[in-house]
Amino acid sequence: MSSSFSSTTSSDPTSAVFGRLSWDSIPYHDPIIVGTFAVVAIGGVALLAALTKYKVWGYLWKEWFTSIDHKKIGVMYMVLGIIMLLRGFADAIMMRLHQAMAFGENMGYLPPDHYDQIFTAHGVIMIFFVAMPFVVGLMNYIVPLQIGARDVAFPFLNNFSFWMTASGAVLIMLSLFVGEFAKSGWLAYPPLTGILQSPGVGVDYYIWALQIAGVGTLLSGVNFVVTIVKMRAPGMTMMKMPVFTWTALCTNILIVASFPILTAVLAMLSLDRYLDMHFFTNDMGGNAMMYINLIWIWGHPEVYILILPIFGVFSEIVSTYSGKRLFGYSSMVYATVVITILSYLVWLHHFFTMGSGPTVNSFFGITTMIISIPTGAKIFNWLFTMYRGRIQFDVPMLWTIGFMVTFVIGGMTGVMLAVPPADFVLHNSLFLIAHFHNVIIGGVVFGVFAAIAYWYPKVTGYKLDPFWGKASFWCWLIGFYLAFMPLYVLGLMGVTRRVSHFEDASLQIWFQIAAVGAVLIGIGIACFLIQLYVSYKKRDQLRDETGDPWNGRTLEWSTSSPPPQYNFAFTPRVHDNDAWWQMKQHGYKAPREGFTPIHMPKNTAAGLVLSGLSTVFGFAMIWYIWWLAGLSFAALVICTIIHTFNYKRDYYIPVEEVEKVERQRAEVLA
Amino acid sequence: MSTSRNLCKLLPTSALAATLAGCDMVVMSPSGDIARQQADLIIWSTLLMLIIIVPVILLIFLFAWRYRASNREATYKPDWDHSTTLELVIWAAPLAIIIALGALTWVSTHKLDPYRPLDRIDEERLVPEHVEHMVVEVVAMDWKWLFFYPELGIATVNEMAAPVDRPLQFKITATTMMNAFYIPELAGMIYAMGGMETQLHAVINEEGTFEGFSANYSGEGFSQMRFDFLGLSEGDFAQWVERVKSQGSPLSHSVYKALEKPSIDDPVRYYSEVMPGLYDAILNRCVDPGEVCMKDLMKSHHHHHGEGAGE
Amino acid sequence: MSNTATIPAGNGDKLDFLVRGEHHVPQGTLLGFWIYLMSDCLIFAALFATYGVLSLNFAGGPTGGDLFDLKLVALNTAFLLISSITYGFAVLKMQMNSLRGTIGWLAVTGVFGLAFLAVELYEFYHMIHLGAGPQRSGFLTAFFALVGTHGLHVTFGCIWLVTLLLQLRKHGLIQANRRRVFCLSMFWHFLDVIWIGVFTYVYLMGSMI
Repeated sequence: MSSSFSSTTSSDPTSAVFGRLSWDSIPYHDPIIVGTFAVVAIGGVALLAALTKYKVWGYLWKEWFTSIDHKKIGVMYMVLGIIMLLRGFADAIMMRLHQAMAFGENMGYLPPDHYDQIFTAHGVIMIFFVAMPFVVGLMNYIVPLQIGARDVAFPFLNNFSFWMTASGAVLIMLSLFVGEFAKSGWLAYPPLTGILQSPGVGVDYYIWALQIAGVGTLLSGVNFVVTIVKMRAPGMTMMKMPVFTWTALCTNILIVASFPILTAVLAMLSLDRYLDMHFFTNDMGGNAMMYINLIWIWGHPEVYILILPIFGVFSEIVSTYSGKRLFGYSSMVYATVVITILSYLVWLHHFFTMGSGPTVNSFFGITTMIISIPTGAKIFNWLFTMYRGRIQFDVPMLWTIGFMVTFVIGGMTGVMLAVPPADFVLHNSLFLIAHFHNVIIGGVVFGVFAAIAYWYPKVTGYKLDPFWGKASFWCWLIGFYLAFMPLYVLGLMGVTRRVSHFEDASLQIWFQIAAVGAVLIGIGIACFLIQLYVSYKKRDQLRDETGDPWNGRTLEWSTSSPPPQYNFAFTPRVHDNDAWWQMKQHGYKAPREGFTPIHMPKNTAAGLVLSGLSTVFGFAMIWYIWWLAGLSFAALVICTIIHTFNYKRDYYIPVEEVEKVERQRAEVLA
Repeated sequence: MSTSRNLCKLLPTSALAATLAGCDMVVMSPSGDIARQQADLIIWSTLLMLIIIVPVILLIFLFAWRYRASNREATYKPDWDHSTTLELVIWAAPLAIIIALGALTWVSTHKLDPYRPLDRIDEERLVPEHVEHMVVEVVAMDWKWLFFYPELGIATVNEMAAPVDRPLQFKITATTMMNAFYIPELAGMIYAMGGMETQLHAVINEEGTFEGFSANYSGEGFSQMRFDFLGLSEGDFAQWVERVKSQGSPLSHSVYKALEKPSIDDPVRYYSEVMPGLYDAILNRCVDPGEVCMKDLMKSHHHHHGEGAGE
Repeated sequence: MSNTATIPAGNGDKLDFLVRGEHHVPQGTLLGFWIYLMSDCLIFAALFATYGVLSLNFAGGPTGGDLFDLKLVALNTAFLLISSITYGFAVLKMQMNSLRGTIGWLAVTGVFGLAFLAVELYEFYHMIHLGAGPQRSGFLTAFFALVGTHGLHVTFGCIWLVTLLLQLRKHGLIQANRRRVFCLSMFWHFLDVIWIGVFTYVYLMGSMI
């Protein structure tokens, strides 16, 4: 079984240059991949040609790629998330269609080899390269504005983090056309992912994509913790921070405290694969159960990393659109902190079936249930924020109502899974799949779309077209229920996950309903893209000059839309947790004079260069091109050192320019 | 309990009743006592949570409707953001539910621990004093199931049988990949892992042919890694054993080595007799001559340790 | 110091909503670096836990008692502990604004760091030579990963130290460089703390088996 591994270590001269990379690595025999490749290639060439024709390369390079402005980096994260959402969704719909047809004589249209890659890629992409960029992107854009800061604590690091995440995404996309992706499930459990069982490049793509992106995520976690702790506007005590900022703080603490575990466990898996070591092997004293424990010690906090900021988003939205202060601010904050801590005490509920004793299992089952108490408190807080409010049903509020109903259902099925004996029959079943899509789509995805609709005018200066927004919402909502309620039923019918072919014809109708739901979700995504396009076309009609289109409550709404590069000409002074609301109540007027030069960080290409080298390094490691790996690693170290010799990383925006920008703003408002 | 059997009829009324003619929720209406208790637990936990979920969902819609901006009749209190009584209630209500559910979890997890020998056959009958558990040793292989019956001296591949109402003790391991041993009609799943043994105790209460499979993804042949589990009367079971003995061939070292090679969609195989200690050797990863068994490796070190500590 | 603008409030009371003049944001580098170190600490926590799980899985191979040369490890520990003290002297010199003293003590620290690495490499080489490489057993896998990761950190610490020496010579004790000296100092002492864990848990307890 290890033949393809050992063949690459032979003294074949081409393997010294190209490692195990050869023409055979290109899957040109698979019509689906070739078709995808053709589409991507034609689209890519067309895009590059258009960029060249309209001479936007210089603009992109100067204003975006090398920008250390948290707002631009935030937008780049969101764009990355949307692009990867399309890829992740393509995987989803392929699975749904395949499962809807693969019954009896019909083997479906995907061979197991391909199907296994697709469900793995779907999970990895959706979590690491869709949900994470969305959440990190939102925090990037909003947090500094909400705390009255001009940027994050380490602006260069922020740019570098983004490019490392993008680098991971590039490697995953590359695996589609060069070689293969892992056929292991999204958490790559050994011994299946050991070198004996998975000698190909798939698992290595998985490892290096996640390692490189993980560096970015970890650094961005450090960055945001320091930003929130150190850079709040004067007067903004911890208990006056907007709830979104609170949830961002907790999320970034979780990132800092959990991603190192992922780094460590993937490094151990690499050592097993590359150096024949025995962390997780069956033989020679390895222990695969340790991998499963370690990866879930990261994995469980990870789901809270995704959902906590979304709780913050909904808190902002509910209070804004109800025209009312958030009910129970302090209990909201305590609930967030309690969830943060408890998220470390539940990881074993992902494998009750591994044979732990009943005392251990019930301990972890009960801690899991306890998390539903603060979560329930949050739901009640949103509910009582609506109570005696004046609710405007704009698109973000629709997503919020959809979220609240959907999420409590997902929460309920989650608690069912937390009862160990019930989990013995539900674990790994489609019931479980339905549950986590229920909370991730109903929570994270709905929240991201709500956030996009809510903050879009802040980013671009015009609102999103409500018609297409509503169309997208209803397609997503109905599509979600159609796609996943059948999976609950199938789970109770004893169907488990990752199966590529079925015999029992009575199951088929449910898979077909689910496929219809997936198509509807696809239409929802299309509506969203159309909405972006239509809104851009109608931007003059949808324009918001005030910077505060929803009668907002927090500091980001006090700036112009889009905010100037420096965010605030004067640092705000905060007296209340709805700082901007209070300023409006007191008839605040922006000053017209007294400006000073503003100290800002300079753009740099260092992040892009370093992450580019990391991509090359990852690729070389995946394909065993040792000379290139050595070279790119050395270059990485040297470039880092060179970067540290650059001491001139900031400049002053001259006072004239600040005056000009602020004068224009005053004219617009007048 | 009748609750679980009714669910199949209740649930569809809320969704797409027409398509549900063939609804067979095996998880909710299984044929084994353990699985049945697990299904009841699903129902009880759901009911407990619905106490809070249903009012919440109703309140969401009620408030959304009542406090819509166009309804100028409704009270509007933009600065109302705190009520100690309400906050106590919203923390206490979920807490109360979780205390109840936590107690249920603690008790049921201990009672339904897969490692715990059975004390009852079903709701009405206890296990009689003289009845011992029948042992079945299960090996998850790439990608098929091997079953040893140590008390009968036989083994089978991809087919397993058990007498109805006889307590069963499964000892489960794997050759390479991690799998999960799962027969929904019988009992919940448990992982099968190389070099380790997990256990499951269960009983089948009805005759029939039931589906068993791997519930944990293990690679290429995973989807076909299925077997039939036959619940047979005592008489039929004796006949089945006879059939295995008469139709089967011996499971020798060389036959096992051939079987060990990865294969997909394997046929049912019978083995009339088994090389002594084979299961133990698979579990301890020393099937081939010359390999030291894991348990012996551990033993020698503990011995060594003892010496060191004595000095 | 910054002035504050007083804005006439609509309903009578007066609140200032702005900071006039330049608002000085506190420097976050040391806090950020400390948080990074804590995350690094978690990598070591995972490696220690792994070692804890695998430390008796000898797979018929040698044990810690067979392999560890405590005298050598004691020497190595001494090198690293002394290097922490010399780094402390470097920081003291920096506080006294002595560039030469700072550079001198940092160089001494680097020498001790390299000595530590040399002894560690010798130990690894010796073990691999005996057939007790990381491929031999779960125990040795975990041992090499934990001790090796620490060694890798010391290696990067040394590279950083050399870089910092060049930067100190070029720019002197400017604020940015002082900050870097503090960061590396935290890193260096952190590695010392980790090593004390390694020394106790891996070597002392391991050699008793």
